[in-house]
Amino acid sequence: MRKTCLNMVYELAKSDERIFFIGSDLGSGTLQQFKEEMPDRFFMEGISEANLIGMAAGLAMEGKIPYVNTIATFLTRRSFEQLVVDVCLHNVNVRLIGNGGGLVYAPLGPTHEAIEDLAIMRAIPNMTIVAPADADEMRRLMPLTVDYQGPIYIRLAKGYDPIVTTDEVPFEIGKAILMREGRDALIVTTGITLRIAQQAAARLSTEGIEVAVLHVPTIKPLDAGTILRYAAEVPVIVTIEEHTLIGGLGSAVAELIAEANFDPAKRFKRIGLPDSFPDQYGSQASLMERYAITTDNLLSVVLGLADRERGHTFAVSK
Amino acid sequence: MKTTTTINHDLKVSPSKLDTRSIELRKTIIRMLHASKRGHLGAAFSLVEIMRVLYDDVLRYDAKYPRWSQRDRSILSKGHGCLALYVMLADKGFFPKSELWKFCKSDGILGGHPEIQVPGVEASTGSLGHGLSIGVGFALNAKYEQADYRTFVIIGDGESNEGSIWEAAMCASKHRLINLTVIVDYNKHQSYSTTFEVQDLEPFANKWRSFGFAVKEVDGHNVDELRLAFSSVPFAPNKPSAIICHTVKGKGIEFTENNLKWHHKSRISDEDIQSLLAGLEGG
Repeated sequence: MRKTCLNMVYELAKSDERIFFIGSDLGSGTLQQFKEEMPDRFFMEGISEANLIGMAAGLAMEGKIPYVNTIATFLTRRSFEQLVVDVCLHNVNVRLIGNGGGLVYAPLGPTHEAIEDLAIMRAIPNMTIVAPADADEMRRLMPLTVDYQGPIYIRLAKGYDPIVTTDEVPFEIGKAILMREGRDALIVTTGITLRIAQQAAARLSTEGIEVAVLHVPTIKPLDAGTILRYAAEVPVIVTIEEHTLIGGLGSAVAELIAEANFDPAKRFKRIGLPDSFPDQYGSQASLMERYAITTDNLLSVVLGLADRERGHTFAVSK
Repeated sequence: MKTTTTINHDLKVSPSKLDTRSIELRKTIIRMLHASKRGHLGAAFSLVEIMRVLYDDVLRYDAKYPRWSQRDRSILSKGHGCLALYVMLADKGFFPKSELWKFCKSDGILGGHPEIQVPGVEASTGSLGHGLSIGVGFALNAKYEQADYRTFVIIGDGESNEGSIWEAAMCASKHRLINLTVIVDYNKHQSYSTTFEVQDLEPFANKWRSFGFAVKEVDGHNVDELRLAFSSVPFAPNKPSAIICHTVKGKGIEFTENNLKWHHKSRISDEDIQSLLAGLEGG
């Protein structure tokens, strides 16, 4: 996904002179072709995120479209005030590409794990946040980022993630995509947890439980209309995300559901990371397992809520 | 106050007398304070000559077309000095003078820190340490476009405590931004005390030199010296320029000079205003 994203920046830059690339001491050879072919729009700067963001804002105020890339934690934590003041207060067209959203950098520990990046970015006025589910979706997203008005944070997954999206529905920033229909429950997901949602829904379907899966690649602005439309049709709603339960997709959906005042009330649960720093190394997959961001857990959460709703117990083979 | 005992450093400021224009600009600032009853007087008074020379003699602009693409860009990174900026922008016709009397009021456009919506303001500032990076962006754009506009960023000495200033300084010299000039209002005071006590910046000029800037030091209240320095940038053929302006915080009134009580003042009374006006040099 990262490779696709950066290659798209290169491709887009070839035909649009407003596009600049700014990296913060990235890996050797990153976007070599961009550097060779468009050296005056390629900037590999020092480890100085605050300055990079301010500089990108300055370029954007002059009409340029800078794509800034570094590790998501540094982008969101280190340069937070520059994002607020220089980028969002001026509402300029800076594109922020954050490597390693969620638990991708599990072996490197908490300094590199972007477990609260969505919450940080959601809190800033004017910020748009997108978290595609796979490289194909990234390819559909990137051309739309060129002329979009205002700043965008693009959350990158690990890379080589399985392709789970299709181009049946055109990608639109700010629009949720219904991946699967179902009347028994609704799973709302973003980024790579779409795959988990799809797997859980498929298994539930074999037992006669039809679960809708709503993929929300744009966390902000949230497609409240679509979420509430599908929420209204089911008794059970579960969110799943690779992010702390505080302030991410689950929080955003919870806010919507609470204020919708459904009668009868919906059964609702969020699946995500607890309010703590990950306490193990390992891999993205092992930490997802540790924090139960898994198909099995999603399955049992949906079943648990559905059981209570229906007053009887489903049995689904695991 | 402790500050009066620690101020015996070499201030490098000659006791230059203020001329009529400098006094009138300060009077206007005092009237703005009268309207709002609050404001950063000390920071503004140390900036008056810097802003005056920039807008009277140095910057290229058209007040009727504030976003004219060929204008020189000027960012007041030490946004709390905005009173000195506002009086110049009003003086040049960027907006009606009547706005000055609505400083910090709900029906006005001028707040306690400059915002981009104000005609003539290039960037919203107020949180320190942001303006120089934005200025680097402006200057990089000019270099890319081969445009001949120049970028001036006015920063404070207290502001130079921020690491982001030095990140931006390294970046500016790396890119050889000869079209970028940093103007430092070095009044040797920050909010709590003197810069020497809170966070000594010395050797300040050499810091800028070692970060790749061509540096000049001037008396920041001497209009002729400022004019000469500002109009002779760039100082070197392949370096950004830094002009360290030695100034006096609260310059122009005996009891506000180097007096931290006047760094920011709220609940300014009618009596305060009368004393300020009466205390102005030659006023």
